[in-house]
Amino acid sequence: MNEALLEIPQEIPEDARNPVEPFLRMDRMPHIWCPACGIGTTVNCFTRALLDSKADLDKVAVVSGIGCTGRVAGYANLDSFHTTHGRALPFATGLKLANPELQVVVYSGDGDLFAIGGNHFIHAARRNMDLKVICVNNLTYAMTGGQTAPTTPGHVISATSPYGVFEPSFNLVALAEAAGASYVARWTTYHVKQLARSMEEMFKKKGFCFIEVISPCPTLYQRRNKMGDGLDAMKSYKQLSKVRNGAPTSECSLTMSGEIVVGKFVDRDRPDYFELLKNQMTEALGDQYAEPETSCSC
Amino acid sequence: MHADPKGVLTGVHFLDGDHACCEGTLAAGARFSAGYPITPSTEVVERFAWRIPKVGGIFIQMEDELAASIAIQGAVWGGAKAFTVTSGPGFSLMMEHIGYAAMTETPCVFVNVQRGGPSTGLPTLPAQADMMQAKWGSHGDYGIIALCPNSPQECFDLTITAFNLSEEFRVPVMMMLDECVGHMTEKVVIPEASAINVTPRRFTKLPPGEFRLFQPCEDQVPDMLRAGDGYRFHVTGLTHDERGYPSMNVETQDVQVRRLIDKLKPLSNERALFETEHLDDAEVVVVSYGITSRVAQRALQMARDLGIRAGKFRIISAWPFPEQHIRELASRVKAFVVPEINLGQMVHEVERAAAGKAAVIPVSHAGGSVHNPDVILKAIVEAAR
Repeated sequence: MNEALLEIPQEIPEDARNPVEPFLRMDRMPHIWCPACGIGTTVNCFTRALLDSKADLDKVAVVSGIGCTGRVAGYANLDSFHTTHGRALPFATGLKLANPELQVVVYSGDGDLFAIGGNHFIHAARRNMDLKVICVNNLTYAMTGGQTAPTTPGHVISATSPYGVFEPSFNLVALAEAAGASYVARWTTYHVKQLARSMEEMFKKKGFCFIEVISPCPTLYQRRNKMGDGLDAMKSYKQLSKVRNGAPTSECSLTMSGEIVVGKFVDRDRPDYFELLKNQMTEALGDQYAEPETSCSC
Repeated sequence: MHADPKGVLTGVHFLDGDHACCEGTLAAGARFSAGYPITPSTEVVERFAWRIPKVGGIFIQMEDELAASIAIQGAVWGGAKAFTVTSGPGFSLMMEHIGYAAMTETPCVFVNVQRGGPSTGLPTLPAQADMMQAKWGSHGDYGIIALCPNSPQECFDLTITAFNLSEEFRVPVMMMLDECVGHMTEKVVIPEASAINVTPRRFTKLPPGEFRLFQPCEDQVPDMLRAGDGYRFHVTGLTHDERGYPSMNVETQDVQVRRLIDKLKPLSNERALFETEHLDDAEVVVVSYGITSRVAQRALQMARDLGIRAGKFRIISAWPFPEQHIRELASRVKAFVVPEINLGQMVHEVERAAAGKAAVIPVSHAGGSVHNPDVILKAIVEAAR
């Protein structure tokens, strides 16, 4: 190894800060996530994407549900909402409709968004609501101790499937595309550059956007399945993942140790909810239509 | 402040309770509603969907009641006044978010047009059997306000009151209609906007950095914010400190949760809403609310004709329960007669407040129609004996 690479400057300036600090509630650190959990990695990518997109942070709101990823809202130094289990999307729908100038990001886990909140997901996508959804998919219910999720692949051992999962699992990217999402991508926490770029691209896109991030849960998923630690997860992501931009989402199912297809799968233009609403009302009501001013002065 | 004239349909109308309630939401300044169809409440949002594009606002039909009851709260934090509408089965589904609104002190209005239950029950027929659910339906300790109109005119008036109280106390407020009140059509007078008082949201005047979203003011109610104004605030349903940060601290739990109930105390005492008649000389008092109060009115009249000194206490604000008033009456009357379209709900509150000082006689009805006045009269006669 080149020794020069390890050289650390003798003096670190006193005002040196990690560039992500302004995006985080530093008074809430340390966070609750386990060592080698992937959620922090995704938050790093998120802050990088916000930084690079030069977003007005006063106009960015984060809405989370319940679970490990649900805690992101509590750490983001933005207007942030930690809602009820599964209901981040309908809360975000109300927030966006009442205050359309906000960039509303829904940041939650696979159990929250696709089991208890699955119905809301397909309807938000169907409406093409202008929401940016980041789903950290650790393939399990981590907060409650590693139970089976609708994303847990077959044969995996979980706290509620001690003899192995036999139910078929959801292919989230196919579901998102079928329900009508304008933008669909998948990365792993190994793909930090690609993930940050994808998030930045999503912020600029109008309509319902979805990024799935495959993320390790060494404490509850990997340990129970003898899949090693966080580093082993990175090695397997590197080895198993294959970038296939534009791949048909139907070919992107996940298995316990099979190929992980990553990339941007869908990027299409559909009129979003507001555009559809405005067009229909203008057609039906003409001059009588009053554009929404929900934030009433009274 | 006065109502925004854009939402006020000034004039004399012939409206049913559901439609009058909708006009009340518009007059109160609600510009956002999320709903899910359910009999006998749907007319409220049907009218809102018809009216709101011309007023300037949003109606969205959500995929279920869980979604509707949380979408309105997203809208509130976005700056809107918002409400949802439902009936029994939908009300059951909304319980989690009534708790969320109470815990996060999100001002919003839930309209429940009560029908017979339990479960799917009697979709098109009346009941008053969700009264305890309105108070206790979500888990944990918390406070809410519930109002019971008994006419389309009151559906209009009290809906405005409901929004005003929700802003003043930062609580979810329930409008507890019943199928009869929701579907009866009567004269409704909607005044000029300048004659309608509307409580504006109490946004903080402190700058970001100094303001704490859950730090109570003198009235125990914290000031409010909306997203996008640069405060970078956090809202959670977890127990939280004054900054809104989650806390597992037992003392924080005690201070914050106790306050959720204590802040509403004025409404159980000096600010309780009710209507009385003949209490000066009454020896029997009929305590009723909603449609039952109108049936009871007939029974009261018949009792007076028989020479019985019967009086009326009509509950308008059912939660917090106006217990101080019932307690005072209990010390000077012989009995309370409590007719309600359920098998005994608010009667237990009357009993609790009366504390054994006066007899409490329930006149229960399992739901599906209103009482026959004779049944109430019979109870009055027995109570007076």
